[in-house]
Amino acid sequence: MSSIPKITTLDKVVLRFSGDSGDGMQLAGNIFTNVSAALGNQVSTFPDYPAEIRAPQGSLSGVSGFQVSVGTGVHTPGDACDVLVAMNPAALKQNVKFLKPDGIVIADSDSFRPADLQKALFTTDDPVAELGLKDERVVRVPITTLTKAALADSGMDVKAVLKCRNIFALGLVCWLFDRPLERAIEHLRTKFAKKPAVFEANSKVLRAGYDYGANTHATGAVYRIETEEPVAGVYTDITGNKATAWGLIAASERSGRPLFLGSYPITPATDILHELAKRKDLGVKAVQMEDEIAGVCSAIGASFAGDLAVTSTSGPGLALKSEGIGLAVIAELPLVVIDVQRGGPSTGLPTKTEQTDLMQALYGRNGESPVAVVAPASPTDCFTMAFEACKIAMEHMTPVILLSDAFIGNGSSAWRIPDENELPAINPPLLDAANCPADWKPYMRDAETMVRRWAIPGDEHGRPHRIGGLEKDFNTGAISTDPANHERMVNARREKIAKIANDIPALEVMGSGDADTLLVGWGGTYGHLRTAAAELNDEGCKIDFAHFRYINPLPANTGEVLSRYKRVIVAELNTGQFADYLQSRFAQAHISRINKVQGQPFMVGELKDRITEIIDNKL
Amino acid sequence: MKDEKTTFSAADYKSDQSVRWCPGCGDHAILNSLHKAMAALGVAPEKTAVISGIGCSSRLPYYMNTYGFHTIHGRAAAVATGYKIARPDMTVWQISGDGDGLAIGGNHFIHALRRNIDINILLFNNKIYGLTKGQYSPTSDRGFVSKSSPYGTVEDPFVPAELVFGARGHFFARSIDVELETSREVLEAAVRHRGASVVEMLQNCVIFNNGIHNFITDREHRADRTIHLRHGEKMLFGADMNRGIVADGFGLKAVTIGEDGWTIDDVLVHDATTPSSFLHHQLAMMDGHDLPLAVGVIRDVESPVYNDALEEQIAEVRGRKNFKSLREMALAGDTWTVG
Repeated sequence: MSSIPKITTLDKVVLRFSGDSGDGMQLAGNIFTNVSAALGNQVSTFPDYPAEIRAPQGSLSGVSGFQVSVGTGVHTPGDACDVLVAMNPAALKQNVKFLKPDGIVIADSDSFRPADLQKALFTTDDPVAELGLKDERVVRVPITTLTKAALADSGMDVKAVLKCRNIFALGLVCWLFDRPLERAIEHLRTKFAKKPAVFEANSKVLRAGYDYGANTHATGAVYRIETEEPVAGVYTDITGNKATAWGLIAASERSGRPLFLGSYPITPATDILHELAKRKDLGVKAVQMEDEIAGVCSAIGASFAGDLAVTSTSGPGLALKSEGIGLAVIAELPLVVIDVQRGGPSTGLPTKTEQTDLMQALYGRNGESPVAVVAPASPTDCFTMAFEACKIAMEHMTPVILLSDAFIGNGSSAWRIPDENELPAINPPLLDAANCPADWKPYMRDAETMVRRWAIPGDEHGRPHRIGGLEKDFNTGAISTDPANHERMVNARREKIAKIANDIPALEVMGSGDADTLLVGWGGTYGHLRTAAAELNDEGCKIDFAHFRYINPLPANTGEVLSRYKRVIVAELNTGQFADYLQSRFAQAHISRINKVQGQPFMVGELKDRITEIIDNKL
Repeated sequence: MKDEKTTFSAADYKSDQSVRWCPGCGDHAILNSLHKAMAALGVAPEKTAVISGIGCSSRLPYYMNTYGFHTIHGRAAAVATGYKIARPDMTVWQISGDGDGLAIGGNHFIHALRRNIDINILLFNNKIYGLTKGQYSPTSDRGFVSKSSPYGTVEDPFVPAELVFGARGHFFARSIDVELETSREVLEAAVRHRGASVVEMLQNCVIFNNGIHNFITDREHRADRTIHLRHGEKMLFGADMNRGIVADGFGLKAVTIGEDGWTIDDVLVHDATTPSSFLHHQLAMMDGHDLPLAVGVIRDVESPVYNDALEEQIAEVRGRKNFKSLREMALAGDTWTVG
């Protein structure tokens, strides 16, 4: 037993759990996150799991990770971790690159037998040396043995006992980061509500892990993490995908239109379908259709019938839905299309993150078919932007594509549950007795917004009418092949989308406002970009930062903001799609690019290096 | 449109659009039958939606004074499914041709049936692509010569009824464009059936496939080459109604009553409601050669309906959880309070 451990106070720490994909790393990470958020820490998570459901045990391809940053000023899950939990040699090998130089590893020493090392393709019997780790930075804990010992009297079989190893590790890090166990136990109670014996075993193992740390002072230091006072209210931990689902429900409540989801399972968007399927308790109709096309088409049918209609997918599914989205464009029906972007092309990197569907969202349809495009900036912003997407779709009678991504969709943060009526009103342009002119025709437009009315079928004010994918006469709405009329309709649909700019917030700039360089991003990279800009300014490198959540139309002041800077650096997880889009609209802007297409989010460090390089070399 | 009207005439379902199908096209007759069937059913035009894909037949919604949606090729079943789920109170028709419904839309067709959503699928079968000017379709016979099969097709066709039964469909009826009364009868029966219904209409494309059904529809032979099946009635046909369908081992045989010792008692009685599709399948496969082609309601079996079950499940879950709003639901979850 060593002496009283040193207690270190930190603004934020980054912890990474890693193990086999069957080792329960996601569960341990989620509980740690919840417990931390409840203590008043800001949290940001990044689940990094393999595409294989169960790769061979102990193999490099089967490693699953969960990274979480907790503390104050947390906008990203962190580039690298202070503490890495490695349940086997493969996890250590795969994740050592995410460890800070002064970080520590907690390894299950029982899983480092010769056979385990072989599976992880180590060539020597000393994995620590082979990976270039300093021996004193590795804390070897016989997690398997200790878990078995803790459950010796439980009567559980070995397999069931081994499933609790993750919770031993969780208990140990709860001690390390000074997290009280009560809340973690509550989580276990909920998780294993239907299996009391499993709950008992896990809470026993959790305590065993905690006590092991406390009794042995395993790491020689305990961390206290700063908390900051967030806005008063009731909070819950929420992933981006769940927040998206809840944003849709909130928009349904505010607009009075029932919520319909037509979807088809696809990684990493399926959790939206899962969540909405659960929400029958709020009257949501979530339908798993036979394919992606049926997903969007059923939503279009529901929209014609008067529902707030949504389809959720990822890039490959968006490609399949293109023709359907075009139908909603010409029919001028509200439709929300959620694309949780992943690595492409084709099946690509299904579980990894990218921002490579921007051009597809903007232009990926036949004919002139403009749609609104918005992109949430963080897991909790998924709620706000899903709500916004619905508001725009209904108030402007148009499809809206929401470009989320795997990083923010799977990542989570603490989210304040909004009060009743805190959210803006949504006023769909319903056709009713009060506003229906005697000579009403389906494609009559509001002179100001160019929006047509939503004539919902079947009630006492119903107006039977026909719509469709053929071009329509501007005045009567009847089928028209007149050349001049077609051009007029193309322009009307385009103008309608452009006018949405009147209803969206201006682009905000963070920073002093007098820097020469503006860092620009869009969507899910917000946390990394904001952190990089803040750190550069702290270090004396002046840079302002503007982040786009409204992509089409762009905020009305975009040109004016860009014109204030000598240099605009657009950083994005693709080969330059948003940079091209901005350049095509604002030819005068001097745009430099930072691009990354590795299926991984940016790292703050690499962003700072690239930004400094661009500024120093006047690129 | 506050409408106290409870009885309707065929004219109430006609829109003001001029009908643009080719003169002599079988679609005109089918449209008229649909107007009449809807009037007879008494479903108000504003309680009706007609949703189509792409093709000649898919122009039909423009000619109905109801809610209408002319969608995209092959997807009408999916659009109609979403529509019916959103508004189960509406009567929903899906209009498709053999190309729209069985080729590009084949997946949606079988899944609408499997799911048993309460829509009425009107399948116009003229064994040709008309709107694209004459290519073979998934119902064209092997060897059929068309612009896209100048040496004859080398593939077998679908028989729509077989697909319906294979997809576990519970309602199948058939009529011929020129048989107005039979058409009206089966269209009404399709609406009355709760769940997905398929009505196959043998339809003549006067331009690109004129006479494709002549073997059946030819006035001289129609009585001998078709049989009108009615639930609970003997399977009799022929100009003198003296021929009948009898069991022949596991198959069927056409006989003449009074010949070879066959009596009226040997003739089968049609049971459209029996859950097994075994006999329905054999009846639907009769093609007018050895056995007469069957028109009328061949299968009409009750089964749980998707949209009903969905509404029931929602009501049950809502009653159990009793959340009034998203906020209430969120607050009941795992939360903590700050400040």
